[in-house]
Amino acid sequence: MSLLQVEGASKRFGSLVAIDDVSMTVGPGELRAIIGPNGAGKTTFFNLVSGLVAPTSGAILFEGRDVTALAPEKRVALGMARTFQITEVFPELSVADNIRVAVEIAAGYRLTPWLGGAGRAGVDAKVSELLRVGGLADKGGVRVGALSHGDQRAAEIMMSLALRPRLLMLDEPTAGMGDQETYEIARLVRRLHRRAGLTIMLIEHDMRVVFNLADRIMVLAEGRVLAEGTPQEISESDKVQAAYLGKAAA
Amino acid sequence: MNGLRGHRLNVAVGIILLFMPFWMGAIGGYTELASRILVMGLAAMSLNFLLGFTGVLSFGHAAYFGLGAYGAAMAIKYLGAGTMPAIALGMLVATLAAMVIGALIVRRRGVYFAMVTIAFGQVFYFLAFRWNSVTGGDDGLTGWHRAPIDFGVATLDIFGSDKAFYYFALVIFGVCVAAMALLLSSPFGRTLIAIRENERRARFLGVPIEFHIWLSFVVSCLFVSVAGALYALLNNFTDPRALRFDLSGNLVIMAVLGGMRSFWGPLIGAAIFVALQDFVSSRTENWMSVIGLVFVLVVRFFPRGVLGMLRNAAKA
Ligand SMILES: Nc1ncnc2c1ncn2[C@@H]1O[C@H](COP(=O)(O)OP(=O)(O)OP(=O)(O)O)[C@@H](O)[C@H]1O
Ligand SMILES: [Mg+2]
Repeated sequence: MSLLQVEGASKRFGSLVAIDDVSMTVGPGELRAIIGPNGAGKTTFFNLVSGLVAPTSGAILFEGRDVTALAPEKRVALGMARTFQITEVFPELSVADNIRVAVEIAAGYRLTPWLGGAGRAGVDAKVSELLRVGGLADKGGVRVGALSHGDQRAAEIMMSLALRPRLLMLDEPTAGMGDQETYEIARLVRRLHRRAGLTIMLIEHDMRVVFNLADRIMVLAEGRVLAEGTPQEISESDKVQAAYLGKAAA
Repeated sequence: MNGLRGHRLNVAVGIILLFMPFWMGAIGGYTELASRILVMGLAAMSLNFLLGFTGVLSFGHAAYFGLGAYGAAMAIKYLGAGTMPAIALGMLVATLAAMVIGALIVRRRGVYFAMVTIAFGQVFYFLAFRWNSVTGGDDGLTGWHRAPIDFGVATLDIFGSDKAFYYFALVIFGVCVAAMALLLSSPFGRTLIAIRENERRARFLGVPIEFHIWLSFVVSCLFVSVAGALYALLNNFTDPRALRFDLSGNLVIMAVLGGMRSFWGPLIGAAIFVALQDFVSSRTENWMSVIGLVFVLVVRFFPRGVLGMLRNAAKA
């Protein structure tokens, strides 16, 4: 069974059709890249899937369950987590506290008015582990707002990961980064996918990253699915060459 | 997290409060003024639970302060209740009102939230103002006074002794403040700070924002109602001004003045506000202008409030 199923989703903003009758499925354990020119509707597609905006028509199913009318936080509880194109963190809190909030919510503590020693130790251990995996072990006490762009990104990804999601959606995780930072993030995503078996949807402009990581690629253009297939199929598609890769190469 | 660090500051505040009735006299104050600072400090800190630690501005907290005051006063006057049951009744009434009104307004954000809090707050003001036969109307609720507290083995004469009342209020203040501090350093408190920091991120970590803001609002109103009940007991009197929106505004001023990002900031803001009010109003009618001027200067030059300023000075 597919993990995520999108059926004929459309989203209009006034007269603009940002997403136009998009259908797709993502299987468990898959790493799906979504590419397309600026303004193609990639972020809007994530917004529909994650519940930030409601589709004008169509349906979103997660593990066979219709979540179209479900609030974002309820989708999170079902296992859908996301990051944003412009990093969303808690800037005044330390890196460790940013991750701690997520760990505590995942542990079901969000309404807990007092956490005993054992509970706290469990949370601390999880926070340390996530800091380590995200390459942030020596920055736990630093205010997130004071981190480099790349580290803020890593922190945001680790927060999403703390939720133990079944589907992780990353919106341009390497945007605005240098080669070294891009490499670090790509390596992190690969590890999450290969080692942890996490299902990932990835919006990405860096084609090296896309063709290195993706199992399958969906190409959006003007809100429509232009092509869908393996990296090889996409790289050989004339349509995609013309509409997108060609432009990028030119 | 933010504002809860620094045990030294906690100890310093504790010592200052413990001896306030004594050093107050030395600097020209009096015990009742110390009690007023304590009570308004509790109110401002309660408001700040919502304002400073959840990031939600309410301009209607006087309603719950006033409900606490009227609840306690009416319990004593009409039911002959003892001091503690009277406070409890004030809390109950105010908290129930906060639960209902909170549910109606949590979907509003920012200035819209602030505006509906004013609107709902004024409802209680007019009720107290108009319903003469029960509330005493504009003249206030008189003809009652706080009673000594009987502990069985001993009696605490909070009526006869100003100092006894101060220490009684200090114990209640301590319990409320400790409860708020514990909540803020708990996982629940962290979700509130998370909402303040970035509502979208909090939502996409799975926090039902409206529900958590509602809870924060109710907790905040619960503690502000304790302050209201103490205020009525302190004065042996309450009138509709305890419910009016200018008091709500004053609470916001106290919090911002002292520093709404720090736990103790609003207490310091309340102390400055109440002391200035007492000192200036005996000399000029225009005490509000003086407070306004101080407020503008502090916000302009020390955006993190007086406590923030002191902290920076200590660091430098
Ligand atoms: N909330 C909104 N209101 C109005 N128009 C919107 C809204 N969100 C997106 N759009 C429009 O929808 C179209 C698709 O935008 P979207 O952000 O999804 O593109 P994208 O593929 O993510 O682009 P980029 O690569 O630049 O991030 C754009 O024309 C955009 O201006
Ligand atoms: Mg985008």
